[in-house]
Amino acid sequence: MIRDITLGQYYQADSVIHRLDPRVKLVATIGFIISLFVVDSWVGYVVAALFLACMIKLSKVPFRYMVKGMRAIVFILMITVVFNLFLTPGEPLVTVWKLTITKQGLRTAVMMAVRLSFLIVGSSLMTLTTTPNSLTDGMEKLMKPLKYVKVPVHEIAMMMSIALRFIPILLEETDKIMKAQIARGADFESGNLIKKAKAMVPLLVPLFISAFRRANDLAMAMEARCYRGGEHRTKMKPLCYHAADRIAYCVLLVYFAGCVAIRIFF
Amino acid sequence: MGIIKTDKLTFEYIRRDEEGNVEGITRAVDEVDLDIRQGDFIAILGHNGSGKSTLAKHINAILYPTEGTVWVDGMDTQDEAHLWDIRQEAGMVFQNPDNQIIGQMVEEDVGFGPENMGVPTKEIWERVEESLKAVGMYEFRKHSPNKLSGGQKQRVSIAGVIAMHPKCIILDEPTAMLDPNGRKEVIRAVRALNDVEGITVVLITHYMEEIIHADQVFVMDQGHIAMEGTPREIFSRVDELKELRLDVPQVTLLAHELREKGVDLPEGILTIEEFVEALDRCR
Repeated sequence: MIRDITLGQYYQADSVIHRLDPRVKLVATIGFIISLFVVDSWVGYVVAALFLACMIKLSKVPFRYMVKGMRAIVFILMITVVFNLFLTPGEPLVTVWKLTITKQGLRTAVMMAVRLSFLIVGSSLMTLTTTPNSLTDGMEKLMKPLKYVKVPVHEIAMMMSIALRFIPILLEETDKIMKAQIARGADFESGNLIKKAKAMVPLLVPLFISAFRRANDLAMAMEARCYRGGEHRTKMKPLCYHAADRIAYCVLLVYFAGCVAIRIFF
Repeated sequence: MGIIKTDKLTFEYIRRDEEGNVEGITRAVDEVDLDIRQGDFIAILGHNGSGKSTLAKHINAILYPTEGTVWVDGMDTQDEAHLWDIRQEAGMVFQNPDNQIIGQMVEEDVGFGPENMGVPTKEIWERVEESLKAVGMYEFRKHSPNKLSGGQKQRVSIAGVIAMHPKCIILDEPTAMLDPNGRKEVIRAVRALNDVEGITVVLITHYMEEIIHADQVFVMDQGHIAMEGTPREIFSRVDELKELRLDVPQVTLLAHELREKGVDLPEGILTIEEFVEALDRCR
C-alpha cells in the first residue's frame, strides 16, 4: 500500500530525450518556461505548443502521463482563471449580477491558463524522462560556478541523492511501525481530522528516532569509506556532452530566438 | 609488527547527564594488546557490551584511543596525515545493511569508495566489476539496493569495501540482522576473500558457527581479552565460555557433555563430521 508511492515519477523508455544529458534537459526546461513568459501573442503560443508537442512525441512518454501531472494543479488553475476573468478592469463583455467579465480579463485568463498548463507539462516532461539520480548529477554540474560564492553545491547534491535513496526505506519503516501499532489497538482511520493528526504522533516519534539513528550510521559508513566532501573526488559516471546534446542546444536556441522574434514583430 | 597492532588500547565513554556534567566513565576497551598478521582470518567474539564493536572502530580510525596506540600497517591511527590511508587500507563493514549503502544502484554504491579516493573513472569501472564478481553479485549490478535480500545487501557492502583495495577488512557483526541463509552467503563470501585474495579479515560476531574457520579467535569480556587461541583451543574450554555468556555450537556442547559422562571423545569438536568420525573411533 504505502510502498506503492512513487516519487520522481520516472517513465522508463528508450528515446532521444531520455538519452540526453540531464544538463541539457534542465536548461531546456528553464528556457521553455522563460519563453512562455516572453511571448504574449497567439502566434507565440502556437509555436510553444508545437515545440512541446514535438518533444512529447520524441520522448515516447504517453500523453496521459503528462495530464496526470496536470491534475494536481487544476485547483490553482481554476482560481487563477476565475480571478483574472472577473477582476481585470477594462471593456465589459458580459455582466452577471455584480460580476463583470471584461474583454481584457478574458484574454488574460485564457493566457494564464495556457501558460500554467504548458509550464506544468513542460517540467513534468523533464522529470518523466530523467532519473532522479542523473537529475541531481546534472544540477551539481550546472551549479558548479556557485561554489566560488561559497554555495556547498556538492553537499546539496549528495543530500538530495541520499534523501532519494532513503525514501523507500523510511516508507517501509512507517508501514512497519503503523502495523505494529495497529496490532496493539492503535486507530489511524476513524475520527475527525484533529483526531487523526493526534494519532500520527506516536507514529512520528519512533520514525524520527530511527531516522536519526540511520543518519548517524550512514555518516559513519560514509566516513569509513573515505568520504571527505567533494574535494579530490572523481566520478564513476562523469557527465559529458555528445553530438545529440549539442544538436539539442541548437534546437533550443533556434526555438528561443524564434520566441523573441515573435515578441518583437507580432 | 603485523598489519594491525594495538598497544594497551583503552577507550572510555563519558556519560553525561542533561546539563552536560560528567555522570560516570565507562571503560569500553581496557588495555587490549593485539597483533594481527597479514592474511590471517581473525574472529573476535563477545556478548553484547563486551567492547568488541568499539575495538573494531579503532582499527578504522573512527574512534581514537583514550590511552594506548593502534597501528594499521605501521601507521598510527591518531596521525591525521595518514587518516585516509588508514581508512582505505582497513575497510569496514557494519551491521545494518540498509544504513551503509549510499548508491541508488548496486554498481554506484560499489563505486562510492573509489570515487572518494579519486580513482580515475576507467579504473573505477574495472574495480567495481572485479569486486562485484568476487562476492558473486555481478548480475545484480543494475538493481536497486532496496530490492535485494539482506544477505545480498551485505555482499554489496563487502564489494564496496573491496573496491577500495584494502589490505584488511573489518566486519562488525555483518550477519546479526540476517536470516540463516543470508548468514551463510556472507560468511562464504568473506572466507573466499581471505582464501583467494589473501585479505586479512577481522570478523566480529557472536555466532559461534562463524568462527570455526578462523586462524585465531579472541574472546572479549568487559573490555578485556578474556581468551585467545585457535577455534579448537577456545571450544575445548566450554565451561569458561559459558561463564562469559557465550553459546558453544551444539555439536561441541554434545561432545563435551558426553566426555564428562565418560565417553572417550576428544575436546574441541567443531563440526558434525568430526563428531561422527570420533564416535566411529570409539566403537
